[in-house]
Amino acid sequence: MAKATTGNFEFLKVQDVDLEVERRGAGAPLVLLDDEEGLTREAAFVDDLAKSHEVIIPSAPGFGHSSRPDWIETMDDIAYIMLDFLDQAGIEDATVLGFSLGGWIAAEMAVKNVARIGRLALVDPYGIKVGGPWDRDIQDIWFLPKDEVQALKYADASNGDIDYTEMPDEKLEVVARNRESFARFCWRPYMHNPKLKRRLHRITVPTLVIWGADDGVVTTDYGKAFADEIPGARFEVIEGGGHFPHLEQPAAFMDVLGGFLAGSQKAA
Amino acid sequence: MYAWHFTEMPYPGHPDPDTVPSVRVSLPNKHFDPKVGADLYNRYLDEHMVADDLGLNCMLNEHHQTATCLDVAAPLSAAILARQTSKARICVLGNPMSNRDDPVRVAEEMAMVDCISRGRLDAGFVRGVPYEVFAANTNPTQTLERLWEGIDLCVKAWTHRDGCFNFEGKFWHKRSVNIWPTPYQQPHPPVWITGSSDKENIRKVASRGFTFAMFLQPHEKVREMFDAYREASIYDDPEEVRRHIAYMPLVATGENEDEAERLAKKVSWYLGAKTAPQFRNPPGYVPVSFNVNALKGTYSGRTDAVRTRGIDYLKEQGVLMYGTPDQLFEQVKTFYDHVGGFGQLLMMQQAGHMTHEETVKSMTLFAKEVYPRIREEFAFKPAKKGAAAE
Repeated sequence: MAKATTGNFEFLKVQDVDLEVERRGAGAPLVLLDDEEGLTREAAFVDDLAKSHEVIIPSAPGFGHSSRPDWIETMDDIAYIMLDFLDQAGIEDATVLGFSLGGWIAAEMAVKNVARIGRLALVDPYGIKVGGPWDRDIQDIWFLPKDEVQALKYADASNGDIDYTEMPDEKLEVVARNRESFARFCWRPYMHNPKLKRRLHRITVPTLVIWGADDGVVTTDYGKAFADEIPGARFEVIEGGGHFPHLEQPAAFMDVLGGFLAGSQKAA
Repeated sequence: MYAWHFTEMPYPGHPDPDTVPSVRVSLPNKHFDPKVGADLYNRYLDEHMVADDLGLNCMLNEHHQTATCLDVAAPLSAAILARQTSKARICVLGNPMSNRDDPVRVAEEMAMVDCISRGRLDAGFVRGVPYEVFAANTNPTQTLERLWEGIDLCVKAWTHRDGCFNFEGKFWHKRSVNIWPTPYQQPHPPVWITGSSDKENIRKVASRGFTFAMFLQPHEKVREMFDAYREASIYDDPEEVRRHIAYMPLVATGENEDEAERLAKKVSWYLGAKTAPQFRNPPGYVPVSFNVNALKGTYSGRTDAVRTRGIDYLKEQGVLMYGTPDQLFEQVKTFYDHVGGFGQLLMMQQAGHMTHEETVKSMTLFAKEVYPRIREEFAFKPAKKGAAAE
């Protein structure tokens, strides 16, 4: 998969969190909330977005190089830090684009306060419980063997191959830390906030929910149920994409996203 | 020095490990036959009663969702032994506090066992091995924090004597704690904690005067950790420090070398128990630096060397002690010197397919022909200023 040239980052103190923030390009602000593995920021399409937007990539507490004070325990805590960040950075009419865990964070932000958010795009987010107590809405990625998890995540499992043995320690530390923080926040309740589903109706900005047709971790049925809770949300499925459809099908993804951005920004 | 008999109470009749992904966590319990289980429970408890008769102490532990350990509630086994033994101390090592829902309930269970046994309980606490987080659904990134918050609450419940107190911590909230019964031993039973490589945790154990125990680790590692404990101990008398240091090897005592080696291989079954990789290292259970090595492929769980290096390595490292009574005594002595001394020898004397007869024979040989020499060689010397002596 094509790689972007990752820019430089700086730290911003938000409450007691040292928040890593990366900025690329110039234009209308687009806040990109990365997936839990930190893969999205490296994709080439982010550079394409940066041709028409200022792409702002804040790493959630515990992810990337952002610190993780002990009191940060839930997605609520993270969402409030991210809203504080929007305030502090003075960002107005932001497009908030979140991937997987980042999509969940974006939804948690938007149910709390959309004053600085102009529109929302969520890509295969986790975050809600759809079925009953006996239903497994979200596949248990920590219980299943690694190969099985990779096959669930990608339409073509080989797209998930990453050679960690060639990575410098500094980067491996980020990978290991991302995994630890992901478990810290998402172990129990597993990958969801039991309250979020009842709050999604509060999202009053134009919203696009994009889903990979072959996402085996959270299926398109789950995605449809997620989108149905958000008033007026559009739901789009990307064929040939898994849990990260933007990585496996970047052209199709950019078509859908581009259309939404053009339409909703014009309308705004 | 004191010696303790231990078995994990295995269910050895499970399918060939080569045919299943894991014998821990996910092995379907259709492979458990309750009639076989009934025999095994009664047999393992009988062996503890034999230990009591032989003058050995008894150690218990618990695990969940695994064919390697049928003891899923050490306080239950401890309660049975509290009634069915008369002399042995009974060490629960331990209560998996990180994975228990209520530390006050643990305090009550331990106080009750302590009363029934008239003060023969040693109350241990463990963080729990990695795969336990799946059965308990405990967050793997916070097991140590939960362990210590739970211990502090439990000890407070044991020792607070003036009516209700409240506690609003990170993991537990209690508004009116006032346990009945209190422990028989005052202010509370001896507390034991296990550890493997975390020195900060060892200093915490030492600073509270608790006993520190290590299981099945190479002697160099054990030395390093015991030294860290000794440095941080609150006890002035070195003998009192030693009394609070425990080590567990696999132990097999035979009439002759052939018999001992045959038993040693049988007891080593425990180390080969198959656990799927994702259960061995859940995210955040070990520090980031360990997981950097895991990503590079140079680390795959805490016990890899011990599990895979073979019987000679295990013997050389003191992870497995076996032989004739003379040979066993020498191995304990060698290990003792390697690690700078210790006071409690915890012995896994039964594992896997070892029969009741084999187990009792090995235990008896140890108790009659090795233990007296150990008691003499490593006796606790009386303290100069009149502290407790053996």
